[in-house]
Amino acid sequence: MLRYTLLRVLGAIPTLLLVIVLAFLMVHAAPGGPFDDERALPADVEANIARAYHLDEPLPKQLMRYLAGLVRGDLGPSYRYRDYTVSELIGAAFPLSLQLGAMAMLLAVVVGVSAGTVAALKQDTYLDRLVMALSLTGISIPVFVFAPVLVLLLAVKLQWLPAGWSSTTGASRLLLPVVTLALPQIAYIARLTRASMIDVLSRDFIRTARAQGLGTATVVRLHALKPAMLPVLSYMGPAIAAILTGSVVVEEIFGIPGLGQFFVRGALNRDYTLVLGIVVFYATLIVSLNLIVDVLYGAIDPRVRYR
Amino acid sequence: MSVLRYRAISVSGGILLTIAVFALVGPWISPHDYVTTDFDRQLVAPTMAGAQIFGTDDLGRDLFVRAMLGIRVTLLVAIVASLVSLFIGVAYGAVAGFVGGRVDAVMMRFVDTLYALPFIFFVILLMVAFERNFLLIFIAIGAVNWLDMARIVRGQTLSLREREFIDAARLTGVSTRRIIWRHIAPNLIGVVVVYVTLTIPQAILVESFLSFLGLGVQEPQTSLGALVDAGVNQMEGASWTLLIPAGLLALILMCFNFVGDGLRDFFDARHVS
Repeated sequence: MLRYTLLRVLGAIPTLLLVIVLAFLMVHAAPGGPFDDERALPADVEANIARAYHLDEPLPKQLMRYLAGLVRGDLGPSYRYRDYTVSELIGAAFPLSLQLGAMAMLLAVVVGVSAGTVAALKQDTYLDRLVMALSLTGISIPVFVFAPVLVLLLAVKLQWLPAGWSSTTGASRLLLPVVTLALPQIAYIARLTRASMIDVLSRDFIRTARAQGLGTATVVRLHALKPAMLPVLSYMGPAIAAILTGSVVVEEIFGIPGLGQFFVRGALNRDYTLVLGIVVFYATLIVSLNLIVDVLYGAIDPRVRYR
Repeated sequence: MSVLRYRAISVSGGILLTIAVFALVGPWISPHDYVTTDFDRQLVAPTMAGAQIFGTDDLGRDLFVRAMLGIRVTLLVAIVASLVSLFIGVAYGAVAGFVGGRVDAVMMRFVDTLYALPFIFFVILLMVAFERNFLLIFIAIGAVNWLDMARIVRGQTLSLREREFIDAARLTGVSTRRIIWRHIAPNLIGVVVVYVTLTIPQAILVESFLSFLGLGVQEPQTSLGALVDAGVNQMEGASWTLLIPAGLLALILMCFNFVGDGLRDFFDARHVS
């Protein structure tokens, strides 16, 4: 297990490095400088700015400086929010996004796994068909269509829930964003769970368990659930990436001042360092979470450790 | 293939075809165009008067014509992006599958790595770095969506390369590159066509996501994602500006998913449940 974990960690490092270098080069290959404005600056002022931000150095040296900064957790200064560093901005905005994402993920796993299991147990009944039809709909409809339509219906027309983030401070303001963020993942996880649960339930060890006189609930809980969860566990990586992507939209629609909103603002303002910093931060987050999923997978299913 | 499934495919296909025809012909027969603003007729609800069946937007532009134009742009971006991803995916997958061994292992490990990355953020990074170039949107989306295609093509190629006609080609001295393009690639068409129908909705999703955030298609051009974005700002007084483009986008995505899923089940026996 230790060997397996170490191998995984060593495998993740080059991936991360590749991503960071790629993102860095993309931003620096951009035509025009970050401070190109409508009104031209005097040449010496421009040179001074370039020197202050180390833009006059050759690219490899800038890259090295950036990587060295990363190790110390320094993502450089923001080009637009003049008095802040990128790390400060991320540190201020991320906790909210984390809260939103973690709640959505929890909701997606609990509801998705339950719905998928029920559908598998009631295979080919109307209940099963209903769950599958709903989940195909959930997969097809994007978050940025779901979210405004739900707001229109539940907040504007029926006025059951607050529409915007700033209009209240209660927990109710989290409900709609979390649900819309979780919906596509619920749909996907339900389909995955159903397929793998049907597969597991047809195995010999389930028949043996049933032959011992155990009820359906006990068989599912004690015997079927763990092996059936493996495909869901390996979907966690893509799911995390999808929730991060979705949070950009959800934060924009509900006006939540999280990291996703900063990212979009940064992209629209051409704040190179902020956008680069957030991409690097997200990539690091996703690669580390994937690593954790991989290691967990190895802990649950010993077979993968020796592949 | 069950009757039900067959019906689902033909109905979804029919809806898509109808939408496409409307998108092509609609702006041409409508008396309105997509840029002319009319400040006497702002946010008019859908009405038969003046043939404004989808109403108007906040600048008094006809929403029917704009929606049809948006569908054109959305479909065009999706098809071109799918072709880009098809080209990359087939080339990558065919090479990995045909060469095999260590090269294959490294190439597929790379694909696995890319799978878990937040690709959309790289697309946004590209948009920021290189202005909002329309051509670039196509290429960027295509560059995101080739992973599935590469995996499928590799699997097919692995089984194809053991066949006699490949041995025969090799014996007569055909180069590896030529074998891949002239002998392997044509045999992949069936699977590839099925997966393109599944790639198109993914490309639509990325395009409308970018346009929704204001990073995609720019005014006065429009796409379904941009129209949804505009509708969000007007929804309290004029819900049709949101519901019409949102409904059209959802309908198109669902139809593509139904057709793609159905075709995949038809061609790939392992997926039949």
